[in-house]
Amino acid sequence: MIASLKSGGLPFLLPMLTLMLGVFIVPFGVLAAYSLMAGDAPGLLGNYADFLSDWFNVEVVIDTIKLAAMVTVAATLVGTPIALLYWHGGSFVRQAVVFLTLLPLLTSNVVRTFAWIVLLGREGPLVAITHALGLTETPTTFMFTEGGLVLAQTQIELPLLVLPLIAVLSRLDARLVEAAEISGAGPWRILGTVLIPLALPGYIAGWILTFASATTNFVTQTTIGGARHIYLPQYVFREVGVLFDWPSAAAISVILVISTGSVMLALAMLARHPRLVGSV
Amino acid sequence: MFERRSSRIASIAYWAFVYGGGGVCVVFLIAPVVVAMLLSFTSAKTLQFPPPGFSLQWYARLIDPVASEQIHISAWNSVKIAILAVLGSLVFTVPASYGMVRIPARLANILEPILLAPLVLPALVFGIALLITAALLGFRPSTPLVVVSHLVVFGPLMFRTTAGVAARLDPGLEDASMLLGSSRLGTFRRIIVPLLTPGVLAGAFLIFVQSIDNVSMTMFLAPPGTSVLPLRMYAMLEQQLDPRIAAISGVLIIVSLVALIVVQRLAPLLRDKD
Repeated sequence: MIASLKSGGLPFLLPMLTLMLGVFIVPFGVLAAYSLMAGDAPGLLGNYADFLSDWFNVEVVIDTIKLAAMVTVAATLVGTPIALLYWHGGSFVRQAVVFLTLLPLLTSNVVRTFAWIVLLGREGPLVAITHALGLTETPTTFMFTEGGLVLAQTQIELPLLVLPLIAVLSRLDARLVEAAEISGAGPWRILGTVLIPLALPGYIAGWILTFASATTNFVTQTTIGGARHIYLPQYVFREVGVLFDWPSAAAISVILVISTGSVMLALAMLARHPRLVGSV
Repeated sequence: MFERRSSRIASIAYWAFVYGGGGVCVVFLIAPVVVAMLLSFTSAKTLQFPPPGFSLQWYARLIDPVASEQIHISAWNSVKIAILAVLGSLVFTVPASYGMVRIPARLANILEPILLAPLVLPALVFGIALLITAALLGFRPSTPLVVVSHLVVFGPLMFRTTAGVAARLDPGLEDASMLLGSSRLGTFRRIIVPLLTPGVLAGAFLIFVQSIDNVSMTMFLAPPGTSVLPLRMYAMLEQQLDPRIAAISGVLIIVSLVALIVVQRLAPLLRDKD
């Protein structure tokens, strides 16, 4: 009986495996092949050469990665105190933190973006506050600014950073922290040398999710970033929806996957680095 | 003496950081949801925060079958798409989540990334990939294509919640059923599926929320002229803000809130001790 439990599962997996290979993986292959072969551009890499030969386009790639990096850093700074609140809190505080992290995550992205449009706008409270404090001279708006976009996206992606972090903390052996306390380490030292190193796998998982989501958040980028701040997803949309240039759209999509994927891959490899993770 | 005092200051600073800083950051995290909710009850004609007074006028406008006919049509279309995506996911992911715990661990480690790939790769790019592949096969953008894209990209969410429950199943129940002469398929249908229900419900909720919210794939794959809720809401954001978007937001937030409370009781999306 025990043997039967560790086998015989494969037939149950086949439908989903077929679906994922046939309808998810294969279209990605088709996209890559199409970006190389379709279109009028000469040569195998013609569509790519066309796009990357314009320095403005290269800047859009760099801006997209920069935006996602800023959002990830900001989410780390804001997410760490939330995770610590969870770690030190009792049962009620812990449940509250989990609930208050899940609710925004499960609230539509369009809804959260809408709230930020009102908050950042000319008649919004942020403008009123900064004006009252004398930080801005005339009433202005934070809409269509990079700072406003980073602020909004930080809140929107924040649950993706916090959830893996508290998932790791909830499994963390409290005796390791107690041992550090008994040895006379102060709270900051425990944070820096015990808690954060042990939580690093959670941070890395969170960074990957946050970064991925921040690069492709089309809705927030186009509405709050506006026409003056352009990122790759908007480009892809313009090529498909406005210019009907599918070969270019395919090439830009592949560039989007490669440029952001390489950052995520680097983070994933960091997670496997034996001297960084799990060495405490 | 000096050292003890500085360590006490460091300690006070730490607790201020955890409870003060943590509290402020939690407020930042939840504030936009609260703001959207408050805005939906505004008595003003435009969306300003804080709202000058309370009224249900925008909910009344939203319910009005004539003034908001287009919104009703698009909401119904989106609900249909979401329900079909959930039903499709049931067929594929529930057997898979059970199969996953009944294969050797090494094989599971190889197969799992394939099943979870849609959770990491950008959905926007998959939307284009599917659009191009379908076009090469002779299919035009259509509602079934939207359903397929939502099924493939969000289905793994249900696989994850269901696999979490399947991994904690008591193998003894299965042994007993099979010793008593039930086939593996019969055991799956009568014993396993009912036990997986909490995970299935949690997954269904996640897929539903994502499907109702999805702009990036839907905008490429929906046939021109079809009205779906996320695209309509997105259009409302891009033009001058129609205050009815606040009322739609209010409805969506309340639905999420109620579903979240139910799911956290049945199959917590994040357990305290896992």
